[in-house]
Amino acid sequence: MPQPASESPSHSDVAARAERRWAIVMLGIIALLVAMVVFTGLHWAMMPPSRVETVDPATLQLSGEFTEANLGSAVEPDGSVTVRIVGQQYSFTPQCIVVPAGTPVTFRVTSADVIHGLMIMGTNINSMIEPGFISTFKTTFDKPGDHQMPCHEFCGTGHQAMWANVKVVEPSAFTQLADHARRLTCDL
Amino acid sequence: MIFNKRLVLAHFWLAFIAFGAAILLGEWQMFIRSPLHGWLRNADLYYRSVTAHGTVMGYVFPTLVAMGFGYAVSELSLGRSLIGPRWAWAGFILIVIGSVVASVPIAMGLDSVLYTFYPPMIGHASYYLGVVLVVVGSWIWVALMGVNMYAWKKANPGKPVPLPMFATVAGAFLWGWTAVGAAAELLFQILPVALGFSSTINAGLARVLFSWTLHAIVYFWLMPAYIAFYTIVPRAIGGRLYSDTMGRVAFVLFLVFSMPIGIHHLFADPQVGSGFKFLHSVFTAMVSVPTLLTVFTICASVEIASRLRGGKGAFGWVKALPWGNPQMLALALSFVMLGFGGAGGLINMSYQLNSTIHNTQWVTAHFHLIFAGAIVIMYFAIAYDLWPQLTGRAMTDLRLIRTQLWLWFIGMIVLTFPWHYAGLLGVPRRMAYYDYSGPNGHTEAITVIMSVVGGAILVISAALFITVLVRNHRGRTADVAPYTFSRAIHEPKSVHWALNGLGLWVGLMIALTVTNYAFPIWQLIKLHEAQVPAVYVGGDR
Repeated sequence: MPQPASESPSHSDVAARAERRWAIVMLGIIALLVAMVVFTGLHWAMMPPSRVETVDPATLQLSGEFTEANLGSAVEPDGSVTVRIVGQQYSFTPQCIVVPAGTPVTFRVTSADVIHGLMIMGTNINSMIEPGFISTFKTTFDKPGDHQMPCHEFCGTGHQAMWANVKVVEPSAFTQLADHARRLTCDL
Repeated sequence: MIFNKRLVLAHFWLAFIAFGAAILLGEWQMFIRSPLHGWLRNADLYYRSVTAHGTVMGYVFPTLVAMGFGYAVSELSLGRSLIGPRWAWAGFILIVIGSVVASVPIAMGLDSVLYTFYPPMIGHASYYLGVVLVVVGSWIWVALMGVNMYAWKKANPGKPVPLPMFATVAGAFLWGWTAVGAAAELLFQILPVALGFSSTINAGLARVLFSWTLHAIVYFWLMPAYIAFYTIVPRAIGGRLYSDTMGRVAFVLFLVFSMPIGIHHLFADPQVGSGFKFLHSVFTAMVSVPTLLTVFTICASVEIASRLRGGKGAFGWVKALPWGNPQMLALALSFVMLGFGGAGGLINMSYQLNSTIHNTQWVTAHFHLIFAGAIVIMYFAIAYDLWPQLTGRAMTDLRLIRTQLWLWFIGMIVLTFPWHYAGLLGVPRRMAYYDYSGPNGHTEAITVIMSVVGGAILVISAALFITVLVRNHRGRTADVAPYTFSRAIHEPKSVHWALNGLGLWVGLMIALTVTNYAFPIWQLIKLHEAQVPAVYVGGDR
């Protein structure tokens, strides 16, 4: 068998150079990705729901912030909006969520039974919903529009039918609605 | 030579029969939820099918391939008969029993919980017990691989352990440790509830334990493919392995880095703090290192083969490669799929990009491209390479083999590229039916129909694969040349102790797993208020 490369010194130089270059490219890719995660995480404060906050799913409807009358969108004293949602087999409450555009919105979501998930299509809002825990995440919707909000984690035989809607409206329209109700939804 | 041929054949055949059945379920799922079919009346049929498809393809099929291949590698590379063939058969029988015990209740609709389990949904205990039996059966293999390597080392002091055996044992130890996460979830959380000893469960803790298994299991699936890259392909195409050391480094890096990264599956979960999410994100970036090393080493090895055949120029050597050789073709197609799949994986691990695609069809498309694409095509290549050793008959259907490999590649691209796109549009995964009349529904419908076509191509390819193997069994007996693995350019005469055994790396693997998992797990165990009532599925109990 003929002797392959790297026998003469010049060949082993070539090999060493190729290896070095490859190592640099490799480390460069990894450093860039990690830097991107750090930058967007800190600069845009884009963080996943991570507060490890617990709640008892068996008594959600009896007291506390997830009683039925307290679900939906609430205007906070600082003008921001908090949306509280409960997921259960196989629906969200409320089924239609209304929020203002251009306003900071905080979602607080939990489950009354099994693991669910939600995403608001056409946005980066995406979270798991787990019984026993509260998922909290913040966003600002940049323009009015209608979005679909499916449950994205298998939650039982009716999972595929678990959909809700998110209506993003002009801030003025939202203020008008808020004058008439303590908690807002667009449920029919 | 392979001494225990029946043992190896039993593992491979059971694996491929299970694979053949599960791929039909997969294509049925693609079709039934597409716009080509109306809404399924009994949605549970779909979830039964997903549970069965996932359980077979995720647990049974790759485990059996790794085991059968491991026994073959042990005998071929160490040149001696396997120690403990009775134990090996016992492991095999446990897997057979486990598969039956798990699949019957799935078919009856008692366990539509999907292969990811997801408590607090709890199905019939039989399914979980079946999965436990499969894992226990595979742990016998883990022990046997270790025993065989260390017995050989004792008999051959100072000699380097052959790379294929070293890598196989690395894969075995990886599996032994990563399965602990799901095993703990099943034994300490799910089974007590399924058997009626308890009625509450910590769903957040269950997801964290499962994530310990969920990512590294992919590297366990991957090991046979990488062993083929390093130790089969260069020999089969008439070249040399560029570096034996690089191979050892890649395999031990997988061992160390594939475990402490699983929380990247939980970026969108509320029960893990952002510190540990970030930590796992960074370690996920690290696990791309052994793959990038492998790409370099294998491309260099292939180039050596080409230059030995007279290949010239900076790129001209690519043309001189033996493209008619199935091993060459499988490697090239696998690398293309690995490239696309890996790029998608880098997106998934990046915290913020992940929130665009988490739990969408993108994720299903991603792991099909990596596992069913890049990895399974190498399982085919391994079978084609080993079969003459097992049957004593030459492999003559080279054309059919090439067609099969090409169809697998084309099918996988047609299946997964539109599937990724559907995910970007925001189509969630795991839905028995879908309303294509919604906004964007038309575009989504086209992508799903394309995937149905891709799936059909894959079914044809799988049928061809089985045909080739069956035809070989019926072929004429021939004098099959003794089996060899690739030789490195510089064959190692002695190897540093750290790269000639796995003790150091197993220690690091356990230490890093503990560092990255102990606190989140401990924190969740202490959260008694996170115990929630179980929700039973599958009828009255």
